[in-house]
Amino acid sequence: MKPVLQVCHLTKRYGPGCPACLDLTGAVRGVNQCPRCRSVLACREVSFDLYPNEVLGIVGESGSGKSTVVRLLHFDFEPTGGRFHLNLNGNPIPGGELQIDPAQNLFALSAFHRRRIRNERMGIVYQNARMGLRLKVSAGGNIAERLLMAGWRHVGKMQRRAANLLAQTEVPVARMNEPPRNFSGGMQQRVQIAKALATRPALLLLDEVTTGLDVSVQARVLDLIRSLQQELGVATIVVSHDLGVIRLLTSRTLVMRFGTIVESGLSDQILEDPQHPYTQLLVNSAL
Amino acid sequence: MTLSVPLEPMPPTADWRDRLPTEGDRYAYGFLDEGAKREIRRKLLKAVAIPGCQVAFGSREMPIARGWGTGGLQLTLALIGPQDVLKVIDQGADDSVNAVNIKRFVKRVTDAALTTDTAAATLIQTRHRIPEEPLRPHQVLVFQVPIPEPLRLVEPSERTTRRMHAEADYSRMWLYLYEDIVKFKAITVGARYPVMVNRRHLMDPSPIPRWDVPKLNRGEALLLFCAGREKRIYAVPPHTRVEPLAFEDFAFRVEAFDDRRCERCGATTTFLDEVVDDKTGRRVYSCSDTAFCDKIRRRGDRETPSPEEKRG
Repeated sequence: MKPVLQVCHLTKRYGPGCPACLDLTGAVRGVNQCPRCRSVLACREVSFDLYPNEVLGIVGESGSGKSTVVRLLHFDFEPTGGRFHLNLNGNPIPGGELQIDPAQNLFALSAFHRRRIRNERMGIVYQNARMGLRLKVSAGGNIAERLLMAGWRHVGKMQRRAANLLAQTEVPVARMNEPPRNFSGGMQQRVQIAKALATRPALLLLDEVTTGLDVSVQARVLDLIRSLQQELGVATIVVSHDLGVIRLLTSRTLVMRFGTIVESGLSDQILEDPQHPYTQLLVNSAL
Repeated sequence: MTLSVPLEPMPPTADWRDRLPTEGDRYAYGFLDEGAKREIRRKLLKAVAIPGCQVAFGSREMPIARGWGTGGLQLTLALIGPQDVLKVIDQGADDSVNAVNIKRFVKRVTDAALTTDTAAATLIQTRHRIPEEPLRPHQVLVFQVPIPEPLRLVEPSERTTRRMHAEADYSRMWLYLYEDIVKFKAITVGARYPVMVNRRHLMDPSPIPRWDVPKLNRGEALLLFCAGREKRIYAVPPHTRVEPLAFEDFAFRVEAFDDRRCERCGATTTFLDEVVDDKTGRRVYSCSDTAFCDKIRRRGDRETPSPEEKRG
């Protein structure tokens, strides 16, 4: 089976950088700031693959670079180096005209092309609804924005699609025309999920979706994500510091620290039999 | 500390007065200096080459206030030549204060011929209207633009709007219209209706009524836009595709005047202004384009003289 997504040597550096940066930072050195040039390496030389219908977890402490990886893949900002390939030929979008060359490094494309790929083939859910939603625009409008980006121009169809998605994510359709700032945190998160799924993405990125929600709402949101993921079969990357979320959602996990992947493997294996000292610490310190 | 340089006024001799430039040649032809005119023309070439794209230029101080048509005036002065015939309109009217002042000023610095007849003009400067009479090839229409940025409505930052134009990312504008429909069941944008030029750039057509928007599409004349305060030039060359943003199920609509007709000329196919009669309080309508209205009246008079003129 060919991977849907391939990431090679993804690096994001804040600062001038020097030839010794990569040698002097990372999990082995226990630091992510280069002692020579004071640059911060948010993630360094991160490589992984994602296969169709797979859910990959990225776990690590705060500041380990896990969110940076996901934001880079969503083209939220520019990487310092690395390659990013999407191979979606096995999963063509009905009526979609956007073709992505599997050999093309997506980071080398123009901002215009990257925006198109992001709008039509990716969905992201942020930890904070403020980043993913326009809180003053109606919930239906938020979903319509994704559809408008992908070229939809029929108000009735967009409203029906938004209503369907909101029903799927258990947001009362009657409140579709209300702005999300009137909603509770859990509802905002569900609107975000509906928005991320609006264009039937091939890649879904979940960045700490349940952090900040209370436990019962967390369980419902996770349940929703799991059932939607199984239903739609979309390749997903889940970023979390919560091992419970990783255990529930993912089949394979990367453990990150100081911008590097310290351990990777099947989620069960990582949680039951951690090899790296940091992973052992992480598993043992879980409540 | 005070400067105590003795200021000796120049003796007002006859010899000194003779050296003052006379009224006619005190300024360069067309008021602007040659460098300014050259710059504006160069920027116009770029604007025409990329229809709908806003080109920055060094807007000069003009002898009228910013916001009173300095942009349009600079284009007019940079373009006008001795053989040109100029028409200036302000919301359709040739005789409003702003139009008359601009006309007088241009006349004074260029000695160009003036007209109110759209067909006779080679260069037309306009504020917020397009003449009713169809424009012909080789005519140039110069618009005065208050806000050149169509995305200003949804995004306050100039830096961000420029990036949005560069990436053709106009979903926020579409979302604005979508929300309008969700709230009011119709698009409520009146004047300044955003249009897509050449399927690439979103453009602000200046505050013309929706009535005039279809006239932008595949026209015969060269349409030039200039915002003096915001220092931007953009253009729609002849035969360029200009489409108002509209949804498949909510089509673009111009203003409807139902069965109303112009009180002066009887026209039913022109953009009408509502006028309240001070004495009777009655609402009457008349053509916004006064020159066109007069033309219809004259044509009508030749065929059937009006009762007033028969008496006269």
